[in-house]
Amino acid sequence: MPGSGQADPPSVREGDFLREVIAATAGDSRLGCCIQCGTCGGSCPSAADMDHTPRMLFAMIRAGLRGEVLRSTTPWMCVSCYFCAVRCPQEVHIPDVMYAVKAIATREGVMPDSTAPDFSRTFVSNIHRYGRSYEVGLAAKHYIRHYPLRLPGMAPMGIAMVTKGRMGFAPHRIRGVAGLRAILARAEELERDGATREVPA
Amino acid sequence: MSASNLPAQPDGARERIGVYVCHCGSNIAATVDVEAVRDWSAEHLGDRGVVVARDYKFMCASTGQELIEQDIKELGLTRVVVAACSPHMHEKTFRGACRRAGLNPYLCELVSIREQDSWVHTDRTAATAKAEAIVAGGVYRVAHSEALEPFRVPIDPATLVVGGGIAGISAALEIADAGFPVHLVEREPSIGGHMAQFDKTFPTLDCAACILTPRMVTAGMHQNITLHTWSEVTDVAGYVGNFTVTIKHRARYVDTALCTGCGICQEKCPSKVVDTRYEAGLGYRKGVYTPFPQAVPKYPVIDVENCIYFEKGTCGACKKLCPTGAIDFDQKDEEVTVKVGNIIIATGFELFDARRVEQYGYGRMPNVFTSLEFERMSNAAGPTAGRIVLRDGVTEPKAVGIVHCVGSRDRNYNNYCSAICCMQSLKFAHLVREHTDATVYEFYIDIRAPGKAFDEFYQRVMEEGSVFVRGRVAAISDTVRLPDEEAHQGRLIVSVEDTLAGVQRRIPVDMVILSSGLEPATDAQEVARRFGITCSADGWVIERHPKLDPVATMTEGVFAAGCALGPRDIPASVANGAAAAARVLARIQEGELALEPIRATVDQERCSGCRICNDLCPYSAIVYHGWEQVSEVNPALCQGCGVCIAACPAGAISGSGFSDVQILSQIDGLLTALGGAPPGPAVEEREAVPA
Amino acid sequence: MSATFLYYPGCSMDGSARAYASSLEVVCRVLGIDLHEIDDWNCCGASEYVSLSQAKAHALVGRNLALAEQQRNGSSTLVAPCSLCYVNLAKTDHYMRKDRGLAASVNAALEAGGLAYTPGAVKVRHLFEVIVEEIGLDAVHAAVTRPLAGLTVAPYLGCLVTRPDYDGRWASKEHPVAFDRLLASLGAEVVDFPLRTDCCGGHMTQISPDTGFELIRRLVDAADRLGADMLVTLCPMCQMNVDAYQGEMNRHFHTHHHMPILFFTQLMGLAFGATASELGFGSEVVSARHALGRIGIEVPVAEPPPDATDGPPVRPRREKKPQGLPMPVMPDETEAVR
Ligand SMILES: Cc1cc2nc3c(=O)[nH]c(=O)nc-3n(C[C@H](O)[C@H](O)[C@H](O)COP(=O)(O)OP(=O)(O)OC[C@H]3O[C@@H](n4cnc5c(N)ncnc54)[C@H](O)[C@@H]3O)c2cc1C
Ligand code: SF4
Ligand code: SF4
Ligand code: SF4
Ligand code: SF4
Repeated sequence: MPGSGQADPPSVREGDFLREVIAATAGDSRLGCCIQCGTCGGSCPSAADMDHTPRMLFAMIRAGLRGEVLRSTTPWMCVSCYFCAVRCPQEVHIPDVMYAVKAIATREGVMPDSTAPDFSRTFVSNIHRYGRSYEVGLAAKHYIRHYPLRLPGMAPMGIAMVTKGRMGFAPHRIRGVAGLRAILARAEELERDGATREVPA
Repeated sequence: MSASNLPAQPDGARERIGVYVCHCGSNIAATVDVEAVRDWSAEHLGDRGVVVARDYKFMCASTGQELIEQDIKELGLTRVVVAACSPHMHEKTFRGACRRAGLNPYLCELVSIREQDSWVHTDRTAATAKAEAIVAGGVYRVAHSEALEPFRVPIDPATLVVGGGIAGISAALEIADAGFPVHLVEREPSIGGHMAQFDKTFPTLDCAACILTPRMVTAGMHQNITLHTWSEVTDVAGYVGNFTVTIKHRARYVDTALCTGCGICQEKCPSKVVDTRYEAGLGYRKGVYTPFPQAVPKYPVIDVENCIYFEKGTCGACKKLCPTGAIDFDQKDEEVTVKVGNIIIATGFELFDARRVEQYGYGRMPNVFTSLEFERMSNAAGPTAGRIVLRDGVTEPKAVGIVHCVGSRDRNYNNYCSAICCMQSLKFAHLVREHTDATVYEFYIDIRAPGKAFDEFYQRVMEEGSVFVRGRVAAISDTVRLPDEEAHQGRLIVSVEDTLAGVQRRIPVDMVILSSGLEPATDAQEVARRFGITCSADGWVIERHPKLDPVATMTEGVFAAGCALGPRDIPASVANGAAAAARVLARIQEGELALEPIRATVDQERCSGCRICNDLCPYSAIVYHGWEQVSEVNPALCQGCGVCIAACPAGAISGSGFSDVQILSQIDGLLTALGGAPPGPAVEEREAVPA
Repeated sequence: MSATFLYYPGCSMDGSARAYASSLEVVCRVLGIDLHEIDDWNCCGASEYVSLSQAKAHALVGRNLALAEQQRNGSSTLVAPCSLCYVNLAKTDHYMRKDRGLAASVNAALEAGGLAYTPGAVKVRHLFEVIVEEIGLDAVHAAVTRPLAGLTVAPYLGCLVTRPDYDGRWASKEHPVAFDRLLASLGAEVVDFPLRTDCCGGHMTQISPDTGFELIRRLVDAADRLGADMLVTLCPMCQMNVDAYQGEMNRHFHTHHHMPILFFTQLMGLAFGATASELGFGSEVVSARHALGRIGIEVPVAEPPPDATDGPPVRPRREKKPQGLPMPVMPDETEAVR
């Protein structure tokens, strides 16, 4: 469109983002082969809470709508049930694509308006600290932070978990936590250098 | 080895070779410097006998062919090399040109500088050098070519048609009407195939029985057609023009000479079983049965697995009550042998087993039906007398969901589109609306309606008020999941993304119809092996050429028609049947057939009788003579593939048109042109060395 | 008879899923299963790590695989009792096998901790698969001393055992019957639970409680309708979601479901004659006291017994369809466990 002031012609942006997502997905995602049939969107137990259905997200990736895709709640609402993955007629590795989109969004600090990224981050910081996770404590923390109104209702459950011995007070710290941190640091470096995987041509 | 090491050509009889390099428009010329190849050939291959080298824009055009013809006549060429496309495309063309100019066609060599060069390279210099080498190979080789004459084989005027569906019936009738005998083999008790199960046919909605029955009856009574129903081909021997076919007639336990088809046995037989074949599992038949009233032939068969007499030795009601005494429990399977010149395979399709898509719940949830079940249900002569009802046999549905692409277009099952099921689904929508007040949903990925009057039918179904939801069904469930679904307890819920609205929907219906895809008959690969033809990995018969020879197979004398070739509708199956018949009739009229003389022959002196070649031959062309302990190639079956030649440890097999000396010379030509001197002794000495 | 496996317990086993751990101990003792816990294993990352960084997520799991490879002794089968751990371990191994670039970068990261993993060196299996396939239902059945007759259970596998199923071991990914068979071999009555591989809500109870509660509601509602006394699971996350959040779910929807959810190993232990307290009964939030009491099993009191009016509502069983058109003929259902 001459004089419209648009940055890149859409044709350039489109392919680029699709390629970026494919490259960020482990293995062969087959994302380029999606036929937009909607089997994924029909299968998804979380579809109602997503701002776009999985299928729509893939169409947007192809259309090069990078910003909208990275800000979408869709991948964060994915529960990894793999219903879509086993039903997709094109064998697109849908949950893996969801992870890839989340990871790109995380790296760029573009987050949707959802508590999901925060939960992931808290979870991960626990792992960094202990090498193990601390599920129940984590859940409590997350509820305090994001759903304080639910807490009174949840109290009996919390009490039950404690009295029934199902809620430790601090997680066990593994011996090799230093080694683990070194491994994760190296992985992060490698990822930054873009050496995570061979990018298909 | 330098060029001088090559066997000298007979003195005084030095070959005069013409080289013709084709541009193929820009197909070749864009990547290969055609003029340079021409000049190089003239310059460097002169001592190999090249007396003229030309290039031309389209060698296959009549003007291109005339160039060759003219040179043969005027320059006295004795050999021709054309550098152009693959021999698959135009070998016949250039050989034809040679023949017209009086040169034996087998003295012409077509070498490929398109498929094997210009299409697969980008570097012009390297591609040009490769083209030169390929031409050199051809020139070296052609010098050793021999003049060959085609084999002529007589054609037996009888034809075998395997499969009595609409495709097979159509083929049989065409040939029989032209006055030649046909053996029509059908493994079910009656001919008719799938079409006999339908009520209406898309897109015109003609009554299937009304158009099929007359054809079946004509076929059954035709003086030139011998029906072999309840039968299967067990062996095929011989070759085009002269096949010997063994047909097994399974025992019917009914003497067809006595049976009048009165039906009393069926009426009285106490053994009632679900008919999974003709009624698609939706209805019952008896232990002794004809699959449907209009069956051709009209004689019943006894299904021994469900007959009380065969199980326990009691009952015998049919025998007691048959007014003509036609029931014969002592009948045995019989084998007959027939001689035919040509064979048409029309074994059709089988419906994809919808149980494999477990999220659709077929077999678990009673009100999920397959397309064939629905065909039977909507048929006035079917188990519900044409009433559209749920599995309880009485309740009319208020909403019906029709699911497209079940087992098709899906890498988990079949990757292909089954071609007919969109139209069949639209037909169902129409039928449901015609018989009930139900809301009909069509769940589709794409509506594929490319045939004549197909899209108009699609529009008609929309106008009738069916609801189209673009989305492939994710799952069907009989379990309430959302609170607001409480009211739909006991119904089926179709989960789907309405992709045009971009939302997930859960649509309650009472009945679901699965438009299952088409698959080859379960024994397709076995049948293919028996007839010496090949199937794709999917199991459909492979055509000789998908566009230009769509009803012939790779095996001479064996044709195919209808869904055996892949999913297609009735008009296409009928057209295929007629086309295959036309091909067969042309052969019969000719009376004999010229076969390519490119054949392998076994030198009986050298053959050690090891039999290694016997099983390797993909065309089963090699016979073993036990008493002499030697193998022999049947020239009518041999397709000249060369497998046996390469495999023979005694070097006893050679091929006319591709002798060792020809191939080794070609290699020498290639290597010499590329500048590398090939190691080893001269071709003449190597000739005797086993491969 | 004794079978040895490498064992990756996962974080829940000494947290919310202690009942699973203690009952598994009993089951192993009875069936002669020898589980070698990987020394100093770390968290598998659940479904969270992979959302932030793929490289780190695979490196995190890679460390466990590397330790398992190092500590192989006789068996190279690595058993995980948690579905999420199982999938994470299997996934990293799978993609390291499929994607050489990924394998190289995971190993480059592991090197920083002095470790390395050869893709494919260990075979990752879920505990349940191992019991059904390596030990076998016959052996399980033979060990039963107290059949669970009278107990009606809904087998609930959740998502990840049969999906994504990287090695294609499950012919049926949505309606597998292996779990039903296992529970039936204990003498329990098993309902045909249509939601057996539906989602428990996963981390939705955290990040979007409304969604999570809805997914839980479906499960307990369907189990109730079928007249099940309890759901039986094989995953700590499923157990935690359906058990711990059931109360809040009820409040959210104004429903009164009381559907206990127990680990399959707890029921196996019961059938093998162990006591309820040995097997961690009583630690469930939604008490199974009432249900087990009916078959004469005493569950230790750790909370006031549920209000009588709160007991499981009695629902009609699904009726068999009356006569009509014949149903499609199904393949022999006694064939193949899956
Ligand atoms: C549900 C449904 C609805 C359809 N509706 C329509 C429609 O409305 N209009 C339309 O144009 N098309 C329709 N079709 C497509 C139509 O059925 C096919 O185009 C047609 O039946 C193909 O005919 P055929 O003879 O090739 O195969 P078939 O009808 O399958 O006949 C093959 C015959 O060969 C026999 N056979 C197989 N193997 C052997 C063997 N080894 N030896 C001996 N005999 C053998 C079989 O018993 C069978 O009788 C529909 C298809 C389906 C599934
Ligand atoms: S199921 Fe597969 S092909 Fe269909 S829309 Fe989803 S990703 Fe695309
Ligand atoms: S894996 Fe994720 S996207 Fe796919 S159906 Fe499950 S929740 Fe939806
Ligand atoms: S003998 Fe067999 S076929 Fe004849 S009536 Fe009895 S059951 Fe039927
Ligand atoms: S014809 Fe239509 S329903 Fe059949 S496979 Fe093709 S697209 Fe699907």
